[in-house]
Amino acid sequence: MRFMSYAAAASLAAALSVTAAQAADISGAGATFPYPIYAKWADAYKKETGIGLNYQSIGSGGGIKQIKAGTVTFGATDAPLTGDDLTSSGLAQFPMVMGGIVPVINLEGIKPGELVLDGPTLAKIFLGQITKWDDEAIKKLNPDAKLPSTAIAVVHRSDGSGTTYNFTYYLSAVSEDWKSKVGTEKAVEWPVGIGAKGNEGVANNVTQTKGSIGYVESAYAKQNKMTYTKMVNKDGKTVEPTSATFAAAASHADWSSVPGFGVILANQPGSDAWPMTAATWILVYKQPKDPVATAEALKFFGWAYKDGGKMAEELDYVPMPENVVSAVKKMWSSDIKTAMN
Amino acid sequence: MDMALQSVPVPGVARDREQRNRTLRRFRIGDRTFRILTQGSAIAVLVLLAGVMLSLVHGSLPAWKAFGLDFFTSQSWNPVTEKFGAAPAIYGTLLTSFLAMLIGVPVSLGIAIFLTEICPERLRRPIGIAVELLAGIPSIIYGIWGLFVFAPWFQVHVQPLLIDAFANIPILNQLFAGPPYGIGMLTAGLILAIMVLPFITSITREVFETVPPVLKEAAYGIGCTRWEVMRRVVIPYTRVGIVGGVMLGLGRALGETMAVTFVIGNAHRIVTSILAPGTTISATIANEFTEAVGDLYTSSLVALGLILFFITFIVLAAARLMLMRIEKKAGS
Repeated sequence: MRFMSYAAAASLAAALSVTAAQAADISGAGATFPYPIYAKWADAYKKETGIGLNYQSIGSGGGIKQIKAGTVTFGATDAPLTGDDLTSSGLAQFPMVMGGIVPVINLEGIKPGELVLDGPTLAKIFLGQITKWDDEAIKKLNPDAKLPSTAIAVVHRSDGSGTTYNFTYYLSAVSEDWKSKVGTEKAVEWPVGIGAKGNEGVANNVTQTKGSIGYVESAYAKQNKMTYTKMVNKDGKTVEPTSATFAAAASHADWSSVPGFGVILANQPGSDAWPMTAATWILVYKQPKDPVATAEALKFFGWAYKDGGKMAEELDYVPMPENVVSAVKKMWSSDIKTAMN
Repeated sequence: MDMALQSVPVPGVARDREQRNRTLRRFRIGDRTFRILTQGSAIAVLVLLAGVMLSLVHGSLPAWKAFGLDFFTSQSWNPVTEKFGAAPAIYGTLLTSFLAMLIGVPVSLGIAIFLTEICPERLRRPIGIAVELLAGIPSIIYGIWGLFVFAPWFQVHVQPLLIDAFANIPILNQLFAGPPYGIGMLTAGLILAIMVLPFITSITREVFETVPPVLKEAAYGIGCTRWEVMRRVVIPYTRVGIVGGVMLGLGRALGETMAVTFVIGNAHRIVTSILAPGTTISATIANEFTEAVGDLYTSSLVALGLILFFITFIVLAAARLMLMRIEKKAGS
C-alpha cells in the first residue's frame, strides 16, 4: 500500500517537473547536499533579475534520471558521471560548489577537535575491526587523551547519498581492506552499525548514543555543535575541518585530469588539505533541445560563480577556486551549444 | 357523434401513454447511467490493481532474471557489487508486524472491552475520542517522536533492564542481546503497536456494541462474571469483526514506512536479537529509491515492492479463509 502511494508521489513529482520545464523559470533537479545554497542563490538571483529557479532536491540519482529523461534543464549530482557516460548521453558536467565531510563522535570527556583520527583507523572502525575507544590504534594517534573502554557504535546513512559516496571513496583510497570488502557507492553494504536517514538523522543518532561515531556534512556538525575529530591527511599532517582546509584540498586537485571535472576531492595531496572534501556537479546537455533555457541556466551559474561566494561561505560551503571557474567557462563556450553562441 | 366521441379520447390516451413511455424511458436511461457509472467504478478498481501488479512484475523482471529464487533467501544487499537479496527486509517486515500485533491486539481488545462494558458513561466519550485521535496522527510524527523521545528513553531505562534480566536464560538471552542502541526491531514493533491500536480498537468497539443486550443480560442473569460474559458471549458473537479489525491493523503494520524508517536502524542484517537494528521492505524502498542508479538496483527495489504486495495479499486471503471457517463452524 505504502509503496503504491510512494510510486504515485514519484509520478506526481515527474509530472510536476514536466510543467516546470515549460515555465520561464530555470528548472533543475538532483542532489540534496547543495540544496540550501542553491535555494539561497535562487532567492538573491530572482531579486536581481526576476528569473526564478525551480530546484527539486530529489537526490543525485533522481537528478541524473530527470536530466536524461529531458524533463529538466539541468541535473545536479554529488557523484560525478564518468567520461564514457557523459559522452554517450551528450551531457556536459561541471562542479558548482564544495563542502567537507566530518567524522563526528559522542565520547565522554572529549571536546570538539580534541580527538585525532587517520584514514586507516577510520576504515577499521567502520569495518568493525576496531570495536573499543581505547584501542591501540586510536591511543597511538591520541597519546594525551583519556580514552574510555566504551564500545564503538557506528552510525551511517541509510539512504543513498553523495555524502556516503565521498566518504566511502575516501575509505577505499586509504584502506585496501575497505576497497575489497565494501567499496565505493552512494549506498554500500555496511559491515556494522545502524543506519539513519539523512545528515540530520546521523547527527541526531550520534548526539543520542554514547560511544558513537558517524559522518556528516560540516554544516551539520557546526550547527549542532557536535564533537568533530581532526584528521591526518595524505601528507601526514593533522588538520582541522575548516573552509580553509576544504579550499586547500580543491586547489591542490588536478581538475583537468578527469573528464567533466569529475575529480573526487577525497585524500588530495597538500599539507593543509582536509582529506574528506567533496564537490557537487551540474549536468546540462551539450546540444540542448531548448537552447534558450540552457543559456538562462548557465547565466545563473555564471552569476553564482561571480557573486555567490560569500553566500556559500555563510552556509559553510566552499566556492570553486578561480582557476576552476575559468576552465569551466571555457568549456561552456566551446562545448555547449546554447542560444548565446 | 359516436365516432367523434370515441375518437376524441384516443389521442388523449395515446398522449398519456407516450408521456408515460417517455418518463419510463427517462427512468431507464437514468438507471442505466447509474449502473454504468457504478459498474465502471468497480471495474476501475480491478484495472488499477492489475495495472499496479503488471508494472511491479514488469519493473522487477531484471532482478528476478539476475537472482531468481535466491532473491528470497540471500542476505546480501550490496549496491557496489549489485548483489541483492530480500531476506533481511522480509524478516524485518514480518518480525516488526508480529511484535506490533503481539502488543497491540491485547491492548486494543482491552480498551474496547473497557469502553463498552466497564467504563462509566462520562469517561466513554473522552477516551473514545482520544483513541480515534491517535489514528489521525500522521506517521511521520510517530517516527519523529519515536526517534527523539521514545528511543533515547527506551535505550537508558528499558533495554539495559531487558538485557540484564534475560542474560542467564537460554534462548531469551539470544532474543534480548545487547548493546542497547535505543532504536531497533523492538522499538519499531512498539511504535507500530501504538499506530495499529486505534484501528483495532475502534472496529472491535463497534462490533462489541452490536451484541444484543438480551444475550449479555441472560448471561449475567445466570450468574456469569464480567470475564465469563466477555469470554463466552461477546467475543464468540463478534469474532468475525474482531478478526477483520486485527487484519486491518496488520495490513497497516506491514506497509508502514516513515515511522519504521526512523526507528528501526536500517541495517540489512538478520540478527536473532530483537533489540538489534534491522530493516523492513517499505523502509528499504523509502530509503534507497531516490538514489538508486542502475537497472538492477532499481528493479530489486521494485521486486521488494512486489513481495510486499504478495505478503499483504496472502495476509488478506488468510483472513478471508479464517472468517469463512469461523462462519461455517458457527453455522453447523
